[in-house]
Amino acid sequence: MSILIDAETTFIVQGITGREAVNLTRECLDYGAGAKVVGGVTPGRLGREVHGVPVFDTVAQAVAHRGAPIYGSVVTVPPAFTKDAVFEAIENGIQLVVIVTERIPRRDVAEMVELATLRGARIIGPNCLGIIVPDTIKMGGIGGPARNAAQAYTPGPIGVISRSGGMTTEMSSTLSAAGLGQSTAVSIGGDAIIGSSYAELMPLFEADEQTQGIVIYTEPGGRMEAELARWVTEHNSRLPIVAFMAGRFMDEMPGMSFGHAGTIVEGKEDTATEKIARLAQAGITVAERIEDIPEMIRAKIAEREGATQESAA
Amino acid sequence: MRFFEFEAREVVKRAGIPVTDYGFTTDPAEARKIAERIGGPTVIKSQVLTGGRMKAGGVKFADTPEQAEEYAREILALEINGHMPRGVLVDPKAEVAQEYYAGVVWDGTRKQPVMIFSPVGGIDIEQVAEEQPDKVGRRHFSNILPLSEFQAKEVIASTGVTGSALNKLVPIVTRLAKLFVENDMTLAEINPLGQLADGSFVALDAHMDIENEARGRHKKLLADLGVGDEETRQAREATPFELAGEQVDSQDHRGVAGNVTEFDGNLGLVIGAGGGSLTLFDAVRAHGGKPANYCEIGGNPSVSKACGLAKLVLQKPGVDKIAVMMSIVSNTRVDIVARGVIKACIELGMDPAEKIAIFRIPGAWEEEGFKILEKYGVDYADRSVSLNEAARRAVEKIQGVAA
Repeated sequence: MSILIDAETTFIVQGITGREAVNLTRECLDYGAGAKVVGGVTPGRLGREVHGVPVFDTVAQAVAHRGAPIYGSVVTVPPAFTKDAVFEAIENGIQLVVIVTERIPRRDVAEMVELATLRGARIIGPNCLGIIVPDTIKMGGIGGPARNAAQAYTPGPIGVISRSGGMTTEMSSTLSAAGLGQSTAVSIGGDAIIGSSYAELMPLFEADEQTQGIVIYTEPGGRMEAELARWVTEHNSRLPIVAFMAGRFMDEMPGMSFGHAGTIVEGKEDTATEKIARLAQAGITVAERIEDIPEMIRAKIAEREGATQESAA
Repeated sequence: MRFFEFEAREVVKRAGIPVTDYGFTTDPAEARKIAERIGGPTVIKSQVLTGGRMKAGGVKFADTPEQAEEYAREILALEINGHMPRGVLVDPKAEVAQEYYAGVVWDGTRKQPVMIFSPVGGIDIEQVAEEQPDKVGRRHFSNILPLSEFQAKEVIASTGVTGSALNKLVPIVTRLAKLFVENDMTLAEINPLGQLADGSFVALDAHMDIENEARGRHKKLLADLGVGDEETRQAREATPFELAGEQVDSQDHRGVAGNVTEFDGNLGLVIGAGGGSLTLFDAVRAHGGKPANYCEIGGNPSVSKACGLAKLVLQKPGVDKIAVMMSIVSNTRVDIVARGVIKACIELGMDPAEKIAIFRIPGAWEEEGFKILEKYGVDYADRSVSLNEAARRAVEKIQGVAA
C-alpha cells in the first residue's frame, strides 16, 4: 500500500497552462500506471487542452465535468494568487492539495492550512515537489520526467519524508541502489510553515502495512524535528527512523538563511546540534553520511522484528 | 527584514498604541533641539540592528539638551558588533512604575500566531519564561476568524493582571496582534511596555521583523519609513562578491544560479539545489576542505546563467579549483550546467579538465551532459558516487594543489 495517494487517485492541476505545470502534467501522466489527471484550471483558458487534459476556468467546472468529487489538486500558480487557488480547491471538495509554489508569505500559508483543517482537507507544501508511490503514481514534479523518476524510485518498505525536494530523490535513489524500495516518498516543503510536518505524516505511515521504516531529511530552523521527537516518544511508534541533517555549518552563522526559507537559526532550538540531540533522545538515529542510511535503517528494522518475535514467543 | 527601533516605534504609533514623544536624527545638533522640545531628562539610544547596545555604551541618559548633543555625537561614532548606527533616538526619560512585555510571534508547529504577555518586562522574555513561567501568558489566535479583544484579555488575565491595568492593556495587545497580522510580521514585540506613575501605558522600545516574501505588499509602509528595496538587512551586509552573484541570477528569469554567500577558502563551489547545497557544503568541510563560497543552482537555469555563476566563482581571488556538484536533478538539466561551467572556463582561458575538480550532477539529460564533459576531459561522476564521496574527491584534488 501507500499513504496519501494510490493508483486510483484523481487530481487536477491549478495553473496548468504555465510552463512548469505543462511539464509536470506530462510527467504525471507518463509515470507508473499513469496518473488520473482529470482536469486543469487556468482562469480564461476554458476549452483548451494540455496533453489531452481539459482546461477549465474554475475548479467547480472541473468537478462538474468529472461528475464526481475530485480528490486532489497540484497548485502551481504565482505566490500572489496561491491562497485564492487553494481556497477554491478546498471549497470545492478537494481533499489533498499539493502546493508547489515558492515564496508564499507565512500568513497566507497559515490561512490555507487553517481552512484545510476546518474542512478536513490536507495540504502538502508549499515549496515542495509532491508525492510519489514508486512505479504506481506521482503527484507533482517529484523525481522529474517519468524515465528519471523510475531510475531513482523503487517500490519497497521505506517511507521517505524530506524538507528538500531534490534530496527526496537523492535519498530514495541511495535506498533503491541498496535494494531498499520506498512505500511512499513525500517532499513536504522547505518553508517555515507547511501543511504537513513529519509528525503529522507519521500516523499515516504507522497505519500503512507496507511501511517498515522511515527515512527523513532535515535542516536547521524551526521546531519540526522537536515535534517529531515528541510524537515518537508519546506514541511508541512501531517504525524505526533514520534521519539525515544537512546544514550543520549554519550553526556558526545565526540569523542567516541558506537553502530554504525555513532554514534560519533564530534560537538555540533551531540549531543542527540541538536537533540532532533531540532526535537521538527519541531513539532516532542521525546519519553522518547519506550512504550510511540503508544499512542503518536495515539494522533497525531487523532489531525491531527480532524484538517483536521475542515478545511473541 | 528587521526594523530599526525608530521604524518599529513608528509602526506601533500608527497602530494607535501610545508611544513617548521621541525624535530620530542623524545629527547631534538636531538631537539637542529634540531634547529642548522634550524639556527634561532624555535617553539617547543608538539605532543599530544588533543586540547588546546598552552594554556597548550605545544608550546614555542626558540631563540637559547640551548633554544630549554630546552623547548623540559619541553614539553616532560608536560601532557596535561591527554595525555603525543608522542614527539616534532621543527619548523622554519616562518615570516608569512597572515594565511589562507584549509580543506576537508565529508558532510553526501550531501554524498560528501566538500572543505573549508578561508583567515582567524590560528583560529577555525567554529568561522570564525560564525563571518565572507563571508570569508569561501565551495564547494562539485564528488566522481566519476575526481577531477579538477577549483573546488579549485572556492572555493578560492569565498572568494575574487585573483592575484598570488589565482594561488599559487589552486594546494595546489587541492592536499589536492586529499590526502583526496586517503587516506580515514574523516578530512584533513591545519591550518594555511601561506603566507610568499615572497608570497609563506607553511603548518604550519595540522590535519588529517583516517577512521578506511579503515586502511587495507593504510598499507604502516601507516607502513611508524610507526603507529602500535594496536594503536586505541580513545578519551581515552583502559583500561585493555576493552582490555580483545576485546580478548573475537576475540576468534572466529562468531558474536560479545565485544565492551566493562568500567564504574565504580556496575551493570554489558551484552547487545545488537547496538541500543539496547544504549537504555538499557540510561534506566539503567534513573532509577538511575550505569552501570559497556557498551558492545554489536549481529550477533549470540557462547556460549563460550557469556560465556567469561559474565565472564569478572561478575569478574569485584565492580560488584554485571549482567543484560542480548537485543532488540528483529532475528539473535542472545536467547538459545545460555542464555547458555553462565549461564555457566559463574556456572564456576565462582556463582548462576545464584542470579547473573543475569534479562534476557530480546525475539526473535529467545526464547522457548528453557526460558526453560533453568527456570531450573536455573533465572528471565526472554519476549517482553511484555519493554527494559525500564527490566532496571528498574534490577536497583531495585541491589539497594536492596546495601541497
